[in-house]
Amino acid sequence: MKYLDEFNDPELAGALFDDIARMTTKPWSIMEVCGGQTHSIIRNGIDQLLPDAIELIHGPGCPVCVTPLGMIDKALEIASRPGVIFCSFGDMLRVPGSAQDLFQVRSEGGDVRVVYSPLDAVQLAVENPDREVVFFAIGFETTAPANAMAVHVAEQRGLTNFSALVSHVLVPPAIEAIVSSPHNRVDGFLAAGHVCSVMGTWQYGPLVEAFGVPVVVTGFEPLDVLEGIRRVVRQLEAGTAQLENAYERVVTDEGNIEAQDMLAEVFEVCDRRWRGVGEIPRSGWRLAERYCGFDAEVRFGVSDIDTPESASCRSGDVLQGLIKPHECPAFGTECTPRHPLGATMVSSEGACAAYYHYRRLDLPVEAARTSDVSR
Amino acid sequence: MPEADLSGWTCPLPLRDYDRIVIGHGGGGQLSSELVEHLFVPAFNGTDDVELHDAATFDVAAGRLAFSTDSYVVQPLFFPGGCIGDLAVNGTVNDVAMTGARPTTLSAGFILEEGLELGVLGRVVEAMAAAARAADVRIVTGDTKVVNAGQADGMYVNTAGIGVVPEGIDIRPSCARPGDAIILSGPIGAHGIAVMSSREGLEFGTDLESDSAPLHGLVAAMLDAFADVHVLRDATRGGVTASLCEISNTAHLGVEYEETSVPVPAAVAAACSFLGLDAMGIANEGRLVAMVPPEGVDQVMDAMHGHPQGRDACVIGRVVEEHPGLVVARTALGASRVVDLPLGEQLPRIC
Repeated sequence: MKYLDEFNDPELAGALFDDIARMTTKPWSIMEVCGGQTHSIIRNGIDQLLPDAIELIHGPGCPVCVTPLGMIDKALEIASRPGVIFCSFGDMLRVPGSAQDLFQVRSEGGDVRVVYSPLDAVQLAVENPDREVVFFAIGFETTAPANAMAVHVAEQRGLTNFSALVSHVLVPPAIEAIVSSPHNRVDGFLAAGHVCSVMGTWQYGPLVEAFGVPVVVTGFEPLDVLEGIRRVVRQLEAGTAQLENAYERVVTDEGNIEAQDMLAEVFEVCDRRWRGVGEIPRSGWRLAERYCGFDAEVRFGVSDIDTPESASCRSGDVLQGLIKPHECPAFGTECTPRHPLGATMVSSEGACAAYYHYRRLDLPVEAARTSDVSR
Repeated sequence: MPEADLSGWTCPLPLRDYDRIVIGHGGGGQLSSELVEHLFVPAFNGTDDVELHDAATFDVAAGRLAFSTDSYVVQPLFFPGGCIGDLAVNGTVNDVAMTGARPTTLSAGFILEEGLELGVLGRVVEAMAAAARAADVRIVTGDTKVVNAGQADGMYVNTAGIGVVPEGIDIRPSCARPGDAIILSGPIGAHGIAVMSSREGLEFGTDLESDSAPLHGLVAAMLDAFADVHVLRDATRGGVTASLCEISNTAHLGVEYEETSVPVPAAVAAACSFLGLDAMGIANEGRLVAMVPPEGVDQVMDAMHGHPQGRDACVIGRVVEEHPGLVVARTALGASRVVDLPLGEQLPRIC
C-alpha cells in the first residue's frame, strides 16, 4: 500500500540495520520523543535488532500519558456534572485520575462521548443548545491546530454552550528540559515528524546549537525510524551536531503556516505540569485572553483542583533513562497498569508498562524479546 | 452510510395500524400475539401452521450436545455486508460449531425499543430467517420484550443454539498440543472495520463488507478430512489476538505466529493505520482459528481451500511448550514481540 508497504520493507530495513551496526563504534543513547515512534519501535521490534551499543530511550511524547493527574481530575469533575456532554479522544477515556477514569464516570451516568474530530464536539454543541458541551483538548502541536480550529469555529458561530478543557503540551521545551538536566544521558534526538509537519523544523536549530545534540526529524514507519537512527548515529560518530530532516515527504522547514496562524490566534504559551515529570516552563498552550470565555476550567470553576502527583513515582527518571522501571520502589506494587502512578505505566508502550507485561509472566524482558519464534 | 433498504419488504399482515413498535407489542396481549403469529412464526417456521406453546420440543440424536448463547447489540443495525439479524444467527451457529458440533436449533429473543419501525424489525427478521435457512438450522422458540423509547438502541437480539457433537470429536482449548499448526481461515478485520465505517461520527468510505458467515460447513469439511482437530475458535470480539491469548492461557502453552503470514486486506490495513488500531484485534464474524497437529495440516488445509469460507486459509504459526500463556509475534523485520490481550475494547489512538 502506498506510503505503508514501501516503508516497511524487510530487505531495506536489513540494509539500514547493517549500516547502523557498521558505523557504531561507541555506546549511544538516542531518545525518540514521540509516542507514535515508540509504538512503531515496540510493535516492529526495532530496538531488539539494533546493535547493543545503541540504547533507545522512550521520551515523554505520548500526550495521553503526560496529561497531569490534576487535569484528569478536572475532566472527571466536569464530566460528572448533570447537563454536560463531555467529549474526548478515545484513548483518554481509560487514563485514570486519582480515583476514577472517564469510563467509570460514564457508567455512573455521565454523558462522556468519544469524538474523532474536535469539530464533532462543536457540532454537538449546535445540536444540543440546552446542554454544555466540553471538549478535552489535549495533545502536542499535532492535534492542537484542529482543537484551536474548534474553539475558533465555536466563537465564529457565537456558541455559548461550548468550551474546551485545554492541556496542550509542546515538544521543544521538553527536549530542552531533558537535555539541560545535570543527569542527562541522551546523546541525540529523533524529533517527532508529525509535530514538525505543523511547526516546521526551525524551532530545533537553537536547541542543537545551544546543547550540541544532533536532532533528526523522523517519521513513523519502520524505515523512517531506522533512517532517523542512522542519521543520528552518523552525526554522533562524526562528532557533529546538526538539525536534519529525515521526513522530507511530510515536513518542511517552515511547517504549516495556516495551522501556526490558527494556533497563534487561539492559544498562548504557558507553564505546564507533565505527569510523572513535573512542571516544565513554557511547555504548554492555554486559551488566549480573547478566547478565555471558552475555558472549561473557568466555566465550571475547577481551576483550583490541584492533585499532587505521587511522591513515590520515579517515571521522570525512567523517561530520562536514569533508572530501569523495576528499580523504582513502586513498580509492580503501588504502581501497575491498572493503577498507574506515572506516564510510563499509563501507556501500554511506556517503559514501565512494557516491563510489567513481560515480567508478569516471570520472563525476563530480554528472554521474552529474544525468544526464537522461527518455524 | 448505507441505509436499510426497506422498499422490498412488506408487512405480512396489517399489524393493526401501527407502523412502529409500541409498548403494547411486548405486553403479552393481542399486539404481542400478532407479532408472533404474523411475523416471527411465518418467517422462522416457513408456515403459520404451528401450535404455540411455552416451549418448543424437538428430537435430537443421542450423544453429546453443544449449547451456546450470545447477545447482539451492534450499532448501526444495518452495516455493509449484513445486519444484526444475520449476525445473531451466524454468531451463535459459529459458537456452537467451534466445538465441532453440527448446529441444529436456535432460539431468538428480541428486546425492542418503543418507536422502532416495524419495517426495520421485518427486515431484521427476514435476514435472520434467510441466515437460518442458509445454515440449515431452525429457530424454534423466541421471546419479545419492548422497552421505553430511549432505553435501547432500536433493538437487541439474543440467540441461543444447540448442536450435536459427532461421535469421537473433542475440540476445546486445552486440547492444544505443542507442535500444533495454527491455521487462520481467511483475511481478517473486514467485519469490524465495515461496522466502524458506518458508525455515527466515524463514517469513512470503504468497499469493505462484513465477513459475517456461518462456519459450521467449513468445520464439517475440516473434520471430514481429519477428525483430530485440537482447537477451533471463531475470532470475534478481540479478534485473532483475543482467540490466541485465551487459548494460550487455557492450554498453558505458548503461541507463536508470523505477522507477515496473517492476511490483512489493504482496506483493513489502511483503516487500522489511520485509526491507530491493530488488525489482529479487530472483530471478525466469519473467521476461525484452528490448531491442528502436524500430521493433519495438509488434509485440513486442502479441505479448507475447497470450501468457500476457507478458500484463503493459511498457517500463521504454531503452538510451543515455551513461554506458557504467552503469545509471541514475529515481526516483519524479524524481531519478536509479546502480544497481550487489551484491557477493554481497542480505542483509536491520538498519536
